[in-house]
Amino acid sequence: MHYFNVLVVDDEEDFLDTLMNRLKKRNINTTGCRSGEEAVELLQNKFFDVVILDIKMPGGMDGIETLREIKKIQPEAEVLLLTGHASVETSIEGMKLGAFDYLLKPIKLEDLLEKLAQALEKKDTAEHKRQSEQIRKLLKYW
Amino acid sequence: MADTHSFEEMIDDHRIAQTLMVMNQRAGAFVDLGVIDQLGNHLAYIGPYDLKGKNYYGQAWFVEVMSKGVYISDVYMGFRQLPHFIIAVSRQENQRRWILRATIDPDIFAGIVQAAQIGRTGDSFIINESGILQTRSRFTGDILSNSNIKVSSFGKGTSITEEGNGQHRQILYAGCWLKNKNWLLVISRDVRQEMRSLFATRNVEVGIILAGILAIVLTVLFTTRLTVRQLMENDRKMDELNAQLVQSDKLAALGKMAAGVAHEINNPLAVIIQKTGWMEDLLAEEEFKNSPNYEEFKTSIKKIEDHVERARKVVHNMLGYARRMEPRLEDVDINQTINQTIDILENYARINNIDIQADLAENLPVIAADQAQLQQVFLNLISNAIDAIGKEGIIEVKSRRIDTRIWITVKDDGPGISDDQQKMVFDPFFTTKGSGKGTGLGLWISYNIIEKMGGTMTCKSQQGKGSMFTIVIPIVTPDKK
Repeated sequence: MHYFNVLVVDDEEDFLDTLMNRLKKRNINTTGCRSGEEAVELLQNKFFDVVILDIKMPGGMDGIETLREIKKIQPEAEVLLLTGHASVETSIEGMKLGAFDYLLKPIKLEDLLEKLAQALEKKDTAEHKRQSEQIRKLLKYW
Repeated sequence: MADTHSFEEMIDDHRIAQTLMVMNQRAGAFVDLGVIDQLGNHLAYIGPYDLKGKNYYGQAWFVEVMSKGVYISDVYMGFRQLPHFIIAVSRQENQRRWILRATIDPDIFAGIVQAAQIGRTGDSFIINESGILQTRSRFTGDILSNSNIKVSSFGKGTSITEEGNGQHRQILYAGCWLKNKNWLLVISRDVRQEMRSLFATRNVEVGIILAGILAIVLTVLFTTRLTVRQLMENDRKMDELNAQLVQSDKLAALGKMAAGVAHEINNPLAVIIQKTGWMEDLLAEEEFKNSPNYEEFKTSIKKIEDHVERARKVVHNMLGYARRMEPRLEDVDINQTINQTIDILENYARINNIDIQADLAENLPVIAADQAQLQQVFLNLISNAIDAIGKEGIIEVKSRRIDTRIWITVKDDGPGISDDQQKMVFDPFFTTKGSGKGTGLGLWISYNIIEKMGGTMTCKSQQGKGSMFTIVIPIVTPDKK
């Protein structure tokens, strides 16, 4: 088990469940929720190293608002934005607000893991470096 | 004369001869002179004919002169068998009545009349009430013949009539009744002769008017044709413009719809990919590996992934265009971009025996454009050309600078595109390639890229001869750094 926590925020249940299953299967501590509000609540109680956030969530808080809240609550958490093509501009705006990077849907898991590795690398601690290496190993095995 | 001389004086031959001489000195037209008594006996006569002793009693003129005192005859032949006319005057002297009678040579009289003849076609003569000529005329007839002039058409004073004489000649007659005698002095003239100068003037005027009308008609025709041609030209341009507008409108609408559809497809694709990925993860577990259908599952999942990938590419292409709405401007050397594109495709072309010939103008300026986008356009056009030809052929790529624009043409000698299909080549998802080989997005994206640059892209094709795509882009000079 890797010692870092990932939070996935996506309103599409099938997508969320499957992605969580796949990450968990790769021994990544994954928590999931289906709205910005839930994400904010979770972040107040637990530290997450990386948040994978869908930008387009109908109803309630949208991705950008959620991002702002995340950066307030846990500024050190890296945020990976998931975006459709129509919301690329929003993603760029998100990058300015401190998001680490964005990924175009539909994503391949290897791409996501690569970004995840990069995000951990950025954390610049020995522990994170080691974890990043581990993820890269996972990718090689692919 | 009768008044100044007495009867006795007048019957004397000598005196009468003298009187005739005196009269002829003044008028010169008198042929003879005679004296006749009240019984009609010709008592004295001087003249070339021997008329003395003839009796006129009972003749019409004698009766008239006796009753009225004066008689002027029409021209007649009389005893002499020569045309002449007479003037007779009666005189009452005491109980005796006598008549002085003079014969007038109509030739001399006619001479006076004929002095009024003008020009080559002018005529003048005298006719009596019945239209019989009293003097010789030039054209109307000899003396004593019928002139065929309608006497009734002349009024009391001087009047003018116009008559055709059957040979398309119009003759103008001017007539004047003479005093004391029902004779009509007629002066005639051929209208054409008379009016020649008028006709000439008229002809000139008619000529000027005709020329004017002709000029007006020609001008009207010319300007009308010019205007019509211009209108047609304008119409054609309008049609072209409209067609272009319709085209770009259609493409914009289609593009929006396609982008919307693509976006909606994206989400399910994302889920499918996660699901297949998850299935693969699970298949890797020991229990599944021992399953007899393990390979079947694995290939099925692989197939699903392949096709999702295909769908993803379509969506990506479409949205990829939509995503990069704003071109990144950089310094672009068009020729260099074309050459790079040709380099990429050269191998592929050579395998298919296709020769790509570049004819690039050297004077092309460096422009500000998105190189990647332009390269995508050239790549699309040239690879389309290669696909169209199939095997063996020539592709010509030309670049030219015309005024403030750069023209790039890509021409192939492939099978060409039918007229129906030409209207659709820029439509998204329109493709002539087999299913799975072309997405039908290449030209659509290219068209949009060029349009975004402020340029135009057109297609000309003839079936059996090949196709030519023309790109015209404005020269946008890069900002100085």
